[in-house]
Amino acid sequence: MFAFIQIKLLQIWQTALIALRALRRNKMRSMLTALGIIIGVASVVAMVAVGNGAQARITSQVSALGQNLLTVFAGSKKSGGVNSGLGSASAITLADAEAVQREVPDAAAVSPEVSVTAQAIANGRNWSTTVVGESQDYLKIRDWKLAAGSMFNASDIRSAAKVAVIGSKTANELFGPLNPVGQGVRIKNIPFTIIGLLESKGAGMGGANQDDRILIPYTTAMKRITGDRYLRSVNVEIRSSDRMDIAQQQITSLLRQRHRLTAGQGDDFNIFNQKEIADTVNSISKIITLLLGSVAGISLVVGGIGIMNIMLVSVTERTREIGIRIAVGAQPGDIRLQFLIEAVTLSLFGGLIGVLCGVGASQLVGVLADFKAVVSSGSIILAFGVSSVIGIFFGFYPAHKAAALDPIVALRYE
Amino acid sequence: MNPPVIQLRELHRTYKSGEVEVKAVRGVTLDIHRGEFVAIMGSSGSGKSTLMNTIGCLDQPTSGTYLLDGLAVAGLDRKQLAKLRNQKLGFVFQSFNLLARTSARENVELPLFYSHPLVTLGDRHGRSVQALEKVGLGQRRDHLPNQLSGGQQQRVAIARALVSRPEVLLADEPTGNLDTRTSIEIMGLFQELNESGITIVMVTHELDIAAYCQRILIMRDGQVISDTANANRRLARDEIATLNQAEETAKLA
Repeated sequence: MFAFIQIKLLQIWQTALIALRALRRNKMRSMLTALGIIIGVASVVAMVAVGNGAQARITSQVSALGQNLLTVFAGSKKSGGVNSGLGSASAITLADAEAVQREVPDAAAVSPEVSVTAQAIANGRNWSTTVVGESQDYLKIRDWKLAAGSMFNASDIRSAAKVAVIGSKTANELFGPLNPVGQGVRIKNIPFTIIGLLESKGAGMGGANQDDRILIPYTTAMKRITGDRYLRSVNVEIRSSDRMDIAQQQITSLLRQRHRLTAGQGDDFNIFNQKEIADTVNSISKIITLLLGSVAGISLVVGGIGIMNIMLVSVTERTREIGIRIAVGAQPGDIRLQFLIEAVTLSLFGGLIGVLCGVGASQLVGVLADFKAVVSSGSIILAFGVSSVIGIFFGFYPAHKAAALDPIVALRYE
Repeated sequence: MNPPVIQLRELHRTYKSGEVEVKAVRGVTLDIHRGEFVAIMGSSGSGKSTLMNTIGCLDQPTSGTYLLDGLAVAGLDRKQLAKLRNQKLGFVFQSFNLLARTSARENVELPLFYSHPLVTLGDRHGRSVQALEKVGLGQRRDHLPNQLSGGQQQRVAIARALVSRPEVLLADEPTGNLDTRTSIEIMGLFQELNESGITIVMVTHELDIAAYCQRILIMRDGQVISDTANANRRLARDEIATLNQAEETAKLA
């Protein structure tokens, strides 16, 4: 039995050699035929890589917002039909934020947020920036780190201390290469001491530069800068991502109750759910990847049809050879195997070159675009597998045609 | 007497050529014994090629029985026919039918490539070289068909037909594409092979080629109308010797 398998394998190997020789004799034609598959496989690999890369980048942007973040915005204000947009209504108070902290069990950390655009003056320069009041937990909530210095603490919040943590862009505008920590800065003519420098975070989801800001305790901001008793928003970190939806519901019902909204009335606040955004973005980019992949897949099928076309030509050209082989005792299966191996060799060769080209193209995209294309081993295996299946599929009809030739007719073929 | 290696009984072969039915072979009954050298003659359309294809297991009879080496051929499928052709038959064609761009040795090895049980690589090599030596082409084993003369190509084809040690060698107009002298040489090779015990069935329409055989069948309209032993058998060996002598004389003169 073992010897039989060995001999059978030997026979398949020798049939493969015959097939390879036939392909070598028509180098140009073989190359052009394989080109269809090369382009198909390369585009599948590259497109999926680009799609994955884009997805990874968007995902990382979304997660840069912080871990398990819920942001409660004040709702929109409508007066005389004019809708002033998110955060315009003065609806959320510090008491609301404290209630969330107190009564929502899944809220791990809460940071009330107020913000105002103000002129900052320091080091003989001035710069218009966003001054944001937050709690001591803000950096933890946003998963943000300090490059130098420290964050203000709970006692700074209680005492409404005049301390600030400065964004890298703002620091650069005001202090240039100097270390801003320990320096003073005047905001709306009130002197603050800079105690920390934020790490650069780059552009946010909306494209706004997150590094151009100054963080101060929300108490200080409310008392001394805005003079307002309403919050722009409340950032809430939830304990775990699978509790996000429940926490959102709890916060909604808590705030509705506190704002005395009746069943018929809409919410006067909005909750931004980071997980929801991430899920939406993920599903969109998955669809895009799928779309790119399937367009590329179509070109793979076109490549397969190219193989079938050439194999049919090859069978017709070699009718006499097939006739001779059948006459001396080749069984239909032997002939079928020979032509099938030719087709599969073409498509596998194309697949191999195609994978290399696809990886190359992905690297090129990584260099040209500002994100890395992620070549997944899955897409390589898939493209390679699909190309060999295509070889078998599109090679089968020509091979079958060859095997079904009548030797008498084939031997007389001119 | 040994049982006949080819035994045909009331063999018929009818084609459908469009609407028309062509009765190519109409009731041939024939025995060919081991060691015979038979010529099948007839004008074109006499059914000799169809009969040859049927004997060669390339075609199936419409009715009647055909026993090849005691085995009933009618009703076998393509796979079994291929096996029979591979093991029991060797083919020589008018147009040689060698694989182009393939060396003489590899051409000869072709039937072994498809034989069951499989022949190992070493055996294949040995047997193909042996077969080439038998036809006098041992030195040209690595030549390609287009580097060989017509006669040499036909010798390669004969070696290919012999390599699987068949029961019967079937030749279809083997000298049709060759000049007179080469034809005599090829017939000489056939006679030599026949003397060593190989059964040969040959289709030809040339009487002087048929004259090298022991037995001559003549076909007309799908039937064998004459089946006679060849009384005036030509011997290729003597004729070549005569030819060589004549050439020598011509050179001297």
